[in-house]
Amino acid sequence: MGNFITFPELLLWIPVITGIIAFMIRDQKSVKAFALISSLLTLTVSIISLFYIDNVKYLLYNNVSYIWLEFIGSNFALGLDAMGHLLTFLTAVSFPLIFAATYKNNYKQPNAFYGLMLLSQAGMMGVFVAMDALVFYFFWELALIPVYFLSSIWGGERRIQATFKFFIYTFVSSLLMLVGIIYIYLHTAAGPTSEHTFSIRAFYNSGLNLKDQIFIFWLFFIAFAVKMPVFPFHTWQPDTYEQSPAPVTMVLSGIMVKMGVFALIRWVIPIFPDAFFHVNNIVIGLAVFGMLYASCIAMVQNDLKRLVAYSSIAHIGLMCAAIFSMNHIALQGVMIQMFNHGINIIGLWIVVDIIETHTGVRKLSELGGLALHTPLLAIFFVIIALANIALPLTNAFIGEFSMFTGLFEYNKWFGAFACLSIILSAVYTLNMVQKVFYGADNINTKVVSLVTLNQKIVLSVIVIFIFVLGVYPKPVFDLTNETVNLMLGRFGK
Amino acid sequence: MNAIIVSAVWGVIMMFGGVFFKKITTAKYVAIAGIIILIIANCLEFRGSAVINVDHHNMFTFDNFGLLFNTIAFSCTLLYFLLNGNEIEKVGKHVSEYFALIFFVLCGVAIASSFKTLLMLFLGIEIMSIPLYILTGSSKKDLKGNEASLKYFLMGAFSTGILLMGIAFIYGGNALGSFSIDTIQLGSGKLPTLIAIGLVLVLVAMSFKVSAAPFHFWTPDVYDGAPTVFTAFMATIVKIAGFVAFIRLFQYSFGNMHSQWQTLIVIITAATLLIGNITAVFQQSVKRMLAYSSIAQAGFMMLAIFALNDTAKEGLILYSLAYSLASIGIFAVLVKMNDFTIEGFNGLSKKEPLLAFCVTIFLLSLTGIPLTAGFTAKFYMLLAALKDGHQFWLVIVAVLCAAISAYYYFRVIQAMYFKSPADQVQTSEISTSFRILLLITVFLIILFGILPGLVTGWLYV
Repeated sequence: MGNFITFPELLLWIPVITGIIAFMIRDQKSVKAFALISSLLTLTVSIISLFYIDNVKYLLYNNVSYIWLEFIGSNFALGLDAMGHLLTFLTAVSFPLIFAATYKNNYKQPNAFYGLMLLSQAGMMGVFVAMDALVFYFFWELALIPVYFLSSIWGGERRIQATFKFFIYTFVSSLLMLVGIIYIYLHTAAGPTSEHTFSIRAFYNSGLNLKDQIFIFWLFFIAFAVKMPVFPFHTWQPDTYEQSPAPVTMVLSGIMVKMGVFALIRWVIPIFPDAFFHVNNIVIGLAVFGMLYASCIAMVQNDLKRLVAYSSIAHIGLMCAAIFSMNHIALQGVMIQMFNHGINIIGLWIVVDIIETHTGVRKLSELGGLALHTPLLAIFFVIIALANIALPLTNAFIGEFSMFTGLFEYNKWFGAFACLSIILSAVYTLNMVQKVFYGADNINTKVVSLVTLNQKIVLSVIVIFIFVLGVYPKPVFDLTNETVNLMLGRFGK
Repeated sequence: MNAIIVSAVWGVIMMFGGVFFKKITTAKYVAIAGIIILIIANCLEFRGSAVINVDHHNMFTFDNFGLLFNTIAFSCTLLYFLLNGNEIEKVGKHVSEYFALIFFVLCGVAIASSFKTLLMLFLGIEIMSIPLYILTGSSKKDLKGNEASLKYFLMGAFSTGILLMGIAFIYGGNALGSFSIDTIQLGSGKLPTLIAIGLVLVLVAMSFKVSAAPFHFWTPDVYDGAPTVFTAFMATIVKIAGFVAFIRLFQYSFGNMHSQWQTLIVIITAATLLIGNITAVFQQSVKRMLAYSSIAQAGFMMLAIFALNDTAKEGLILYSLAYSLASIGIFAVLVKMNDFTIEGFNGLSKKEPLLAFCVTIFLLSLTGIPLTAGFTAKFYMLLAALKDGHQFWLVIVAVLCAAISAYYYFRVIQAMYFKSPADQVQTSEISTSFRILLLITVFLIILFGILPGLVTGWLYV
């Protein structure tokens, strides 16, 4: 512990404090500006922290531990490693984009809305920086509560039912994970002040036998599979995405979903390496089946939001399958794709939100010809949509290509089936572009006003991300290389 | 010893005070003063200075666990008096008698938390129960209350009989013919038949007192029928006192033979969890839902008796505190509501944002969401049960039941925040001090949620 404040602390406490302050600002305009400034401040900290990635030189900048529940061996330990840097940066960069893109939307009780948004950001930051199992569990649950309230208060017509389903799903699964955490805790070595400890290092060295590993693995996996979501735990997701207000949907699909992928890498691979060799076929099978299943459903969706929701299930399924193929290139692909998918899907939701607010409908059958009225929006949308189907030169290509390669390396058949989803994704994405932007316009799409300056800036930023990372992904690969090697080391590879 | 004597004496003072108090509010203030004196007396004993020292012939033992529990129970009673004082005055004419009865209950609580012989256990349980029969029926004109009271009395009397019979068997079964739990303490051999019968009978009676399934049938009717203010008291302080007596008895007398009777506890625990939670889902009245939820929470507390280790004791202390604080808070708000159905809470957040916020925190705590005391309590219980190492599936049942509980607790949250504001949401006058007290309760719940060591640390001073 140094005498200075560390990066993980800043990333966690800035949203917490500003979130609480936001509750007190009643004025719509000022609270919006305040939330935007707060998220920009977090982003600044996050960008600065990217210059101090090297944990050999800057260990003290990136790690901190407060004494907390020492009698049971839990410390409030926070830390940033390479993967943590990547995901906190994603979280930090997403919120300003979301706030700016939805700047024109007005909400009843804006203070509560923006307060809860910032608190949810804090919860997710906490998940990404937690270096203690109990702290991790704390934030895992706490990230859920603000989102639950956000969706239930400001959501669509069937919001109460939809978000409650979401809540129950995640709550059940995370309680099962809690049992798993306690079980591993009871198998850890003694800490300085207690019989066992919750520190991540002790968890990595818990050395469970194979039978325990497989059993506890499922307890953890279900929690993360619900969050991602992986088939068959996905049924909450389309409803929730559809019913949540636009910014919350962006948070959910852009960042919260990554919590599941992230947790799988940080809290599952290193703790249950032996179990992986016994469960990976089942999990990859589920994931690949889920990809195809979700892609097929996406093809017949008439609702823009549900379509994007199902496409997200397909993309996340690929990440899950790639993690379980346990090789270098697949894991690298997952790392970069976590970031890329977050950026791309937020871009998609922004366009969907613009369309919905301006036309009042989001049925594919009721839209059409938007490109005649807003060519600029059409250009943005086409680029983001192409990134979504992983066209070369876009960011998602690098990630998906690596993941498919890894999956092929693991098993040809799984790889082949998974590749079908590329074709399917091209079908539903291009179909969507065509139905929304091209063809004849109609009564709904004639009344389109211009895209606001904010939204132009945000979409441009996203497009820049898409191209820069599509052409030059090396910085991300370099960043996560160390984490990937560490994980593969756990498998004895 | 301080607590037992002070509470008994103050009960008598309150009873006779009723004749002299001119104003109706005097009784409340005297009672609050009494409870503060009680807390101080108890804390003094905690610090090692017994003000009143009576030779109790080794019938009591005042250890940290019991004294800490007393402190919690009395502090919760103080909070209960402060929040509900005005409502107790509205129940009927005999205000100071109600307070007197509550002090007698507290005397029973103090005995039940420190007994060392089965006789004292019996006395403690009875002193706790008999005033409750009266309090349940205290609203004399209310038929439902009368029915509840009679039902409670008959069932209670029955279980008392079973308890006595069990004690008789244990007395007859042990070689030294003694009531003292130290003497009964058995080796790890096979359970003698007479003691085994006694143990089962005592177990049944204790399960009845803490409303564990399948001996829970009285609970919903009695909690529903009793005046709401007294339900708040019965469902919290009295119930947790029952658990403290339960764990003392089973740890000190039968602890070494734990593995031989553990299966019984497993069955009771699982049944309580499932029945309590599943039935609560179907309730339309918040009061009745809370009655079933108290059964469900009892199921979680039964895990302490299942595990019977040090963590379980810490957990029980935390659970008592978390559960009592949250329940007293909810009941205090419930008393102010005119409509006890879940729809009655519709749109409360619009009319009374602060109240809705506090109730939300209480419900989140009962559900066991992190940052609240309820989470830490549940966490300790799960930790204790897993430490025991047997019956892993029981823990899974417990967490699944905790998830079911989210369903019915969140219905109230949904009603308050997400349902359209109904005009008919009516509350009686809510004073500023009431709001401040609720906020303090919320603060305490969050404080103990973050730093449970503030409480459990006292077990080891």
